[in-house]
Amino acid sequence: MGPELKLNNVSFKYGQDWCIQDLGFELRKGEIIGVIGPNGSGKSTLLKIIDGVLRAQKGDVLLGGKSLYGFKRSEIARHIAMVPQESVFSFPFSAFDVVLMGRFPYSGHFPFEKTEDIRIAQESMELTSTIDLAMRSIHELSGGEKQRVLIARALTQRAKIILLDEPTSFLDIRHKLEIFEIISSLTHSMGLIIVSHDISLAAQFCHRVILLNKGKIYKTGTPSEVVTAENIGEVYQCPVLVDENPVSNTPRITILSRKSNGKKESL
Amino acid sequence: MSRNKYYRITPLRVINLAVALSAVLVVVGFVSLCMGPANIHVKQVLMLFSDSGSIDQTTWMILFKIRLPRILLAGMVGFSLSIGGVVFQALLRNPLAEPFILGVSSGSAVGAIAGIFLGLSIDLGVPFLSFMGALFTIFLVMGIGRRQGGLESSTLLLTGVIVNAFFTAIIMFFISTTSDTRLHSILFWLYGDLSQSRYSQLSISFPIIIVVSAIVYVFSRHLNLLVGGEDSALQMGVDVELVKWLLFLGISLITGIAISFSGIIGFVGLIVPHLMRMFIGPDHRLLIPASALGGASFMIAADTLARTIISPSELPVGVVTAFLGAPFFIYLLKQRGSRWVQN
Repeated sequence: MGPELKLNNVSFKYGQDWCIQDLGFELRKGEIIGVIGPNGSGKSTLLKIIDGVLRAQKGDVLLGGKSLYGFKRSEIARHIAMVPQESVFSFPFSAFDVVLMGRFPYSGHFPFEKTEDIRIAQESMELTSTIDLAMRSIHELSGGEKQRVLIARALTQRAKIILLDEPTSFLDIRHKLEIFEIISSLTHSMGLIIVSHDISLAAQFCHRVILLNKGKIYKTGTPSEVVTAENIGEVYQCPVLVDENPVSNTPRITILSRKSNGKKESL
Repeated sequence: MSRNKYYRITPLRVINLAVALSAVLVVVGFVSLCMGPANIHVKQVLMLFSDSGSIDQTTWMILFKIRLPRILLAGMVGFSLSIGGVVFQALLRNPLAEPFILGVSSGSAVGAIAGIFLGLSIDLGVPFLSFMGALFTIFLVMGIGRRQGGLESSTLLLTGVIVNAFFTAIIMFFISTTSDTRLHSILFWLYGDLSQSRYSQLSISFPIIIVVSAIVYVFSRHLNLLVGGEDSALQMGVDVELVKWLLFLGISLITGIAISFSGIIGFVGLIVPHLMRMFIGPDHRLLIPASALGGASFMIAADTLARTIISPSELPVGVVTAFLGAPFFIYLLKQRGSRWVQN
């Protein structure tokens, strides 16, 4: 079976300078790819290119073997769902309303949901343990709850690919873990791409890691191939120590201070 | 798990709500028909609906040549401005957006005045230029205030103030330098006035408003998604650019038509959608019909107040809506500050 998603030498620029250059990779069903890289390395831009919000000036994005640019918006939405870093609603929709919005690409012109849509939304909320929040206003939810609701919305889209743009940036460790656990439970039926600032967590949960630097792939491979002190130190311009997480046997990074060898000044 | 546990919006709910609010509209319209400086008893009005009674010529004239066209126009104006408010609030993702506050109303008034100057038909050419004025202002406001993900409140308010000041100056200039009687008075344009209503205004514009509103309604679910951001709506399959410009075009048309007949009436598009949202929630499939019908009732009530409160003289109806609307606006601003989109 071919890859769900394939990028062929994709390049993109906003103005003069290329922010994504000659980028190519494949995503297969059952796979989680982690995209890491410093601020401004093009991670979020890459996600926007993959779901067609931005159009690559060079190269092509292939969805199940066909060019993304031949699809209608609603067709793309049935293939790819996005979980944003944060979502703002200027009016207080209920969590259930928000999840139901994921059925939009299936609705045609009749502006009401079918019974099946309700069922799918309910299932998605059960999978993300948000069903008890269904009738609460999205404004009242905590960061972690809101993020799980947004994942439920993406599941409701019944897409084969889910993109997550730093879904855990505003969350504490418990909620971070919750999100990553939910994500890794989904792989049986889909492929996921997750942009993350948390290198250790990405290494722990992703099958493959792409390290971006200035719009190009610096290194790609398994977490232990990519997350090395050399690669990370070079790309992030920050000295790190990489050892092995004793439980998961995946690479784990420790940030070193340039000043005091990472030790606190003694009083 | 029972299917009805989660509140969802069905066509039946929409119809129920529309029927209930239409009933309110009819009652408000009837009460308004009975009120005015000429003392016409409710019984006399009721007799019109039964074949038995007959009424004298004067009463008939007052009811059908003076009051009824005015009530119908008020309803139409309230209907259009409220839909305008709902759609602006969703598209700009800002609860303070409204045709008057954005300057769209004054822009469209300038268009209407230009049309009158050019000697265009009051029923067709003038509303058309008024629509062009509204559309131009939307482009202008969007151009000035464009930010990632929508218009921030402070930018929006500043832009509205500036655009309003500029267009108001143009209106004052036009009216001060002409003795053209067709221009009505300055008060007509600046505070809104429904006393010039005629049936001929309704015959063309009413069908247009109904058709445009129906088209806007088709996109009510798109509007729900747009409230969560343009990128996010796009990712869920909304053709954002198409929907956005179609809706801007549609509401420019209906608010432009309304304003060419009524002058600038402020705050209706703000008060009505917010009141409705408090009762029925933010879903546009309910909110659009509720605001349209509620706006029509509200406007008829406000105009009835305007023409009876200091009877036998009259207030411009815009005075009544501003009297209610300005404090409401301040309340909204104080209550949630300028960080609307930050939820």
